[in-house]
Amino acid sequence: MTPWLFYLFATITVLCSLAVIGQRNPMHSVLLLIGSFIALAGLYVGLDSPFVAVTQIVVYAGAIMVLFLFVVMLLNAPREDVAPGAQVPIPGGIKAFGSVLAVGMAATLLWALSKLVSTPFTQDAQAGARVASVRDIGIMIFRDHAFAFEVTSILILVAMVGAVVLAKKTV
Amino acid sequence: MTPITLNHYLLLSAVLFSIGTAGIFLRRNLITLLLSVEIMLNAVNLTFVAVGRFNGSVEGQIITFFVMTVAAAEAAVGLAIVIALFRHRETLTPDAFTSLKW
Repeated sequence: MTPWLFYLFATITVLCSLAVIGQRNPMHSVLLLIGSFIALAGLYVGLDSPFVAVTQIVVYAGAIMVLFLFVVMLLNAPREDVAPGAQVPIPGGIKAFGSVLAVGMAATLLWALSKLVSTPFTQDAQAGARVASVRDIGIMIFRDHAFAFEVTSILILVAMVGAVVLAKKTV
Repeated sequence: MTPITLNHYLLLSAVLFSIGTAGIFLRRNLITLLLSVEIMLNAVNLTFVAVGRFNGSVEGQIITFFVMTVAAAEAAVGLAIVIALFRHRETLTPDAFTSLKW
C-alpha cells in the first residue's frame, strides 16, 4: 500500500471516529461511523484482504449501521438530553478509580507499542504476499473452523430470538 | 516517505480503540455508547487483519468474520434493550436507569 493512501484512510477513520463521539446528535454519529468504516475498508484493501473489505462495507456499513439508523429514527430522540438536574453526581472515589484505570490503560497501550519492531511487510512472492481468495477463506472457514462457524449460527439465532423478545410490546 | 509497516496499523488500531473507550466514558447516550463499542471492535479487527497479513496467514481474516457476527448479535440485542428502556422512561440517558443500584 502506498504510504499516502494509508495516511489518507487513517486520517479519515480517526477523524470520523472522533466526530462520532464528539456529536450530540446520534443520527450524525451513525452516519459519520459509516464513513469511518468505509475508510477502514480501504485499509483492508491495502492489507491484501479484499474480501474483508467488502464484508466490512456490506455487513457493517450496510446491515449493522442501518439497524442503528432504524432505531435512531424509530425512537425519534435525536438530541442527547443535557438536563443538568437529572444527572447523577459522580462520587469522588469512583472518579479517582476511573482515572487510575484510564492511566493504567494508557500505560499498557504505550508499553505494548514500545515493544514493536519496525519490520516491513513481506512484499516479495512469499506466502504472505499472496492475496487470499474467497475460495481460500471459504475452505478455511468450512473445513478448519467448521465448529466455530456452527456456534456462530447458534449465536445469531439466539440474538434474533432475544431481540424479538426484548423489543416486544408486553415485556 | 517511509514504507508502511505493521507498526502503523497497530498504532492506528490503538488510537481507534482509545477513541472508542473514551466514547464509552464521555457520552451520555445509549446509542452512542453502542457505537463506541463498534469502534472498539473495529480497532481489534484491524489488528487481526494486519497481524494476519504480517504472518502470511488467512486466520486473521477469518476471525474478523466471527467478530463481525458477534458485533451484529450485540447490535441487535443492544438496540432491542435500548428500545425496551426507551419505552419505559422516554429517555436515552444512562443516568435515568439506576433502579438496580442501591
